[in-house]
Amino acid sequence: MDFLRPASWEEALAAKAEHPTAVPIAGGTDVMVEINFDHRRPEYLMDLNRIGELYEWEVGEDSVRLGASVPYTRIMEHLRAELPGLALASHTVASPQIRNRGGVGGNLGTASPAGDAHPALLAAGAEVEAESVRGCRRIPIDAFYTGVKRNALAPDELIRAVHVKKADGPQQYSKVGTRNAMVIAVCAFGLALHPTTRTVRTGIGSAAPTPVRAKAAEDFLNAALEEGGFWDNGRIIAPSVAKQFADLCSAACNPIDDVRGTASYRRHAVGVMARRTLTWTWESYRGTEGAAFRKGGAA
Amino acid sequence: MPNGVPTKITQGSRTKGGIGESTLRPDGILKVTGEFAYSSDMWHEDMLWGQILRSTVAHAEIVSIDTGEALATPGVYAVMTYDDLPTEVKNYGLEIQDTPVLAHGKVRHHGEPVAIVAADHPETARRAAARIRVEYRELPVITDEASATAPEAPLVHENRTDHHIGHVPHPNIVHRQPIVRGDVAEARGRADVIVRGEYHFGMQDQAFLGPESGLAVPAEDGGVDLYVATQWLHSDLRQIAPVLGLPPEKVRMTLSGVGGAFGGREDLSMQIHACLLALRTGKPVKIVYNRFESFFGHVHRHPAKLYYEHGATREGKLTHVKCRIVLDGGAYASASPAVVGNASSLGVGPYVVDDVDIEAVALYTNNPPCGAMRGFGAVQACFAYEAQMDKVAKELGMDPVEFRQLNAMEQGTLMPTGQPVDSPAPVAELLRRVKAMPMPPERQWESSEGPDVRQLPGGLSNTTHGEGVVRGVGYAVGIKNVGFSEGFDDYSTAKVRMEVIAGEPVATVHTAMAEVGQGGVTVHAQIARTELGVGRVTIQPADTQVGSAGSTSASRQTYLTGGAVKHACELVREEVLDKGRRKFGSYHPAWATAELLLERGKVVTDAGEVLADLVDVLGDEAVELEREWRHRPTEPFDLRTGQGNGHVQYSFAAHRAVVEVDTELGLVKVVELACAQDVGKALNPLSVAGQIQGGTTQGLGIAVMEEIVVDPRTAKVKNPSFTDYLIPTILDTPTIPVDVLELADINAPYGLRGIGEAPTLSSTPAVLAAIRDATGLELNRTPVRPEHLTGT
Amino acid sequence: MRVNFTVNGRPQEADDVWEGESLLYVLRERLGLPGSKNACEQGECGSCTVRLDGLPVCSCLVAAGQVEGREVVTVEGLADHAGQRACGSDAGGTSLDEAKQWQAEGADSQAGEGVELSPIQQAFIDAGAVQCGFCTPGLLVAADEMLEHNPDPSDADIREALSGNLCRCTGYEKIMDAVRLAAARQSEGV
Repeated sequence: MDFLRPASWEEALAAKAEHPTAVPIAGGTDVMVEINFDHRRPEYLMDLNRIGELYEWEVGEDSVRLGASVPYTRIMEHLRAELPGLALASHTVASPQIRNRGGVGGNLGTASPAGDAHPALLAAGAEVEAESVRGCRRIPIDAFYTGVKRNALAPDELIRAVHVKKADGPQQYSKVGTRNAMVIAVCAFGLALHPTTRTVRTGIGSAAPTPVRAKAAEDFLNAALEEGGFWDNGRIIAPSVAKQFADLCSAACNPIDDVRGTASYRRHAVGVMARRTLTWTWESYRGTEGAAFRKGGAA
Repeated sequence: MPNGVPTKITQGSRTKGGIGESTLRPDGILKVTGEFAYSSDMWHEDMLWGQILRSTVAHAEIVSIDTGEALATPGVYAVMTYDDLPTEVKNYGLEIQDTPVLAHGKVRHHGEPVAIVAADHPETARRAAARIRVEYRELPVITDEASATAPEAPLVHENRTDHHIGHVPHPNIVHRQPIVRGDVAEARGRADVIVRGEYHFGMQDQAFLGPESGLAVPAEDGGVDLYVATQWLHSDLRQIAPVLGLPPEKVRMTLSGVGGAFGGREDLSMQIHACLLALRTGKPVKIVYNRFESFFGHVHRHPAKLYYEHGATREGKLTHVKCRIVLDGGAYASASPAVVGNASSLGVGPYVVDDVDIEAVALYTNNPPCGAMRGFGAVQACFAYEAQMDKVAKELGMDPVEFRQLNAMEQGTLMPTGQPVDSPAPVAELLRRVKAMPMPPERQWESSEGPDVRQLPGGLSNTTHGEGVVRGVGYAVGIKNVGFSEGFDDYSTAKVRMEVIAGEPVATVHTAMAEVGQGGVTVHAQIARTELGVGRVTIQPADTQVGSAGSTSASRQTYLTGGAVKHACELVREEVLDKGRRKFGSYHPAWATAELLLERGKVVTDAGEVLADLVDVLGDEAVELEREWRHRPTEPFDLRTGQGNGHVQYSFAAHRAVVEVDTELGLVKVVELACAQDVGKALNPLSVAGQIQGGTTQGLGIAVMEEIVVDPRTAKVKNPSFTDYLIPTILDTPTIPVDVLELADINAPYGLRGIGEAPTLSSTPAVLAAIRDATGLELNRTPVRPEHLTGT
Repeated sequence: MRVNFTVNGRPQEADDVWEGESLLYVLRERLGLPGSKNACEQGECGSCTVRLDGLPVCSCLVAAGQVEGREVVTVEGLADHAGQRACGSDAGGTSLDEAKQWQAEGADSQAGEGVELSPIQQAFIDAGAVQCGFCTPGLLVAADEMLEHNPDPSDADIREALSGNLCRCTGYEKIMDAVRLAAARQSEGV
């Protein structure tokens, strides 16, 4: 095993080009477990800790450019207003110690369906900034997850940042685990209201081979909200609508039975979380936040 | 009030830091500074690292093992298989020597040791182990009672010669213990209600945090010095020495720091392997399991199927109990026979039942071996009989606590074994106390800033803001035996020395007791202060240079080794007083006439008059002696009827659980888990509370999350990690108020009662009862998972 | 490879480090600082918690090569760290030889008496929060860090801050007591 210590992003890209099998390590919260338990012996480990820019973020007009290694703790503490869904998701990640090290780049690189950030990114809308010596590209989050623990990165590419849409409405995130802290998701659900576009987006974790959106559920709810003028009148969503939305979210799952939970429980739980997070976000929208929106005019 | 009063202490009662005080741990400072040397911290110049290659399948013939490539790896000093074992003794075991040191021709469970490697770096050792080629021919797996006792079932162990084979109905049954008293058929006729239930108890892991580890150092005399974490040095020694071909005195064992045990260190793990490699290479060898390996490196709590029938009259009196308890012992016997003895003899719980028909068996299967864990057979039974008690109460329309109190045993009650309970058994009182504790406030999660998810089911995962949350309350009580039972010669040994050091009388206590965290060392120092009236006590490290202390198991060490220390101290005290009489007797008549005590470094009369300073009595001579001490003998249970005075003491605890269940998601938050326990005499109240709270939490774990999952098709473990074997975090653990009752058992030192295990029994059924109360579901298995609560 | 970094205020150098080694391994096996514990090596138990450039992390999940040039505080340096925080004194640290060799020697009734302890260490002893003690070093580092930025924590705050540290012996009640005690003593300036 060789340990590569690029001092800059350019050096990292050059190293990755030269050694496409090099495994990037930042927080180490996935890679080191695999090494400690002898599940993985990469030829090269490439440390990204010395590349300062990966730990920085910029809040732009419409989105936040989040460096790949910004620790979850920082997201929780500093980006709660801009990225509420991701901040909530960050708070569910493992333990304080892990949240001090791990970042969204690692979640995306590993692309485990159980990664906590994915449903929040899917719901908010995001693009992954991937780069290699060949150039830089932005991969829409919907196109990023390609299979179980597989993603759209080329072998010579590294994740530099994630561009996450700034919240334009309430967002929520829920995760089911069989312990009240420090637990891997049995399944997870993210929901974001986007009043500016009058749309709702979802994200489901750990209930399909990849993180997925419940698109049929989104379409249904978008139509129902539009038809009833809900975005303008801020009325309570009827339980039947919420139930239909929840059922469609359950139907979007394609889960398996494993040691953490059964497939049917995952489907069920995603439905419950969908209904609850819709209630929470909608209540929030109807309240002060939504009132401001409606008054500001959704022109 | 029930019978019994607290013990009154006279000798040493005026000496600071004696029994009854919450003195602080002597190893506390070392432990908080990181200086305390655990077995995995051992380090030696020039040491090698040992690695074990384990079977990847559960049941197979070993066709061949090729170690050539492993041996050729640079940095590798030795590779050993069964063929390299030095003597004819190739097996070990606590009671039945059925466990191969290294697999011979066959593996019987997933993760069985097949070969061992020593190398100069752990990674070198791992790589070399991975290069050992083992060819397996897989055999069908036996995973439950049906497959174990089927007519054509393959035998897990062919040619058994152990002492249980004569009375078991099938060679795949390790041991069977029936207990029959009265006439169940007749009693059934008197029952107005009969309630039956079938229960399943999952496989629990001890999950001690300090992994199996140790250091073996070859000695110039051809022997070996072994530094290791264990529960019983002398039991290890008895099993290790014959395999090494060494006389016991050439295997010198020293207890290094033990990072928890809970039964999981009763069996050997890396001890023999490290010694073999050290003797083979002539170099010190360190072995440290990682967490993955630890799940294969020690036995677990027996999973069990339990079938119960309870009958009761309309007035609420139990008529009879009939039950069958099937424990899965896995591939090797370990402590299975004794676990069977406990499960059967304690199978009806702390209740008066005259007509009982109990059968307990332990199976041999290809599942992971199971043996000792805190509560030892009594835990599984308590889960089932307490569920039954709630069902019967419900059937009768009675309050579950009142129903239990109506049937509660007390001093004088006969056990199903016919043995009278001859010391206080305040079962009804414990229930009364735990019920009388104030209830935790409702909806504690509500705050002015919205719901605090940390106090809701799901916790930080933000699954509910109060939706679907229902509160439930449940009660349970249990009975556990203390000490080794069934005629075992259970004793401990203490060496006590008293001398003057730097102008101060100092007591030195040397035992082989394994301090595993329970605080035995604290208590020994307290006993020495009380019995010898000194301030300063030195606790020697535990090793095999002193006689056996028996195991740190069965809630027995304060009773047994505490008893041995007390006994040795009393004899030292007599000798010191004799010395004083010889030296100073002529100066004061009280030396001959008064009752003399040692207090605060002085010889005093019972009236408090100071006769001499211990410094002057001792001079420059030391008083030292080593003595064994036994509890009252017990008898084996009759193999047909189960009758016999098999236990020496019982321990009782009751719990009230308050839970909040998210009934839609099936997630549970235990809000409070109150415990009342009779401890006989709290030698160290702070430690007593710690034991009760720790035991309670392990019971909580098996109630809602902990289970080793074994694939029924392959008998392979599916979750050998802390990612998927979950134990409670601080956010899963509620406040645990403790109410301690002190009713002396006059047969025990200071009237004390072993306390470590009882709280682990009743905690689980109390939590389950509370979840049933919240959900209305039957819930016949533990741990209860979200699937069970949501019907998905 | 060679790794240079600072542990408890002292520069340290580890040589011949295998690239897959963790910071935990280097501390325990190469620098003679076994206070950080190896309970799970998968970031699930917190017993190996150290401060890395001030932040609590699981040292089992930090690759040794990642700490080049960085600062680590372990339980062995906790008393000095707390002392520095309180009065800005110099770091002491644990010498390599002191920590490396283990000897079976008699522990008297107050072994280690006279040792300077941080408030959280003293509170753990006084409250009975130590049983087997294997989780203790990690809990101490985590709790000390929490009290640094949250001197008056609620019970829920304590539970959240320590939710990454498993304890199997105590049921956490005495650990809660210890942290409350340390916070109270800290606020009284004891």
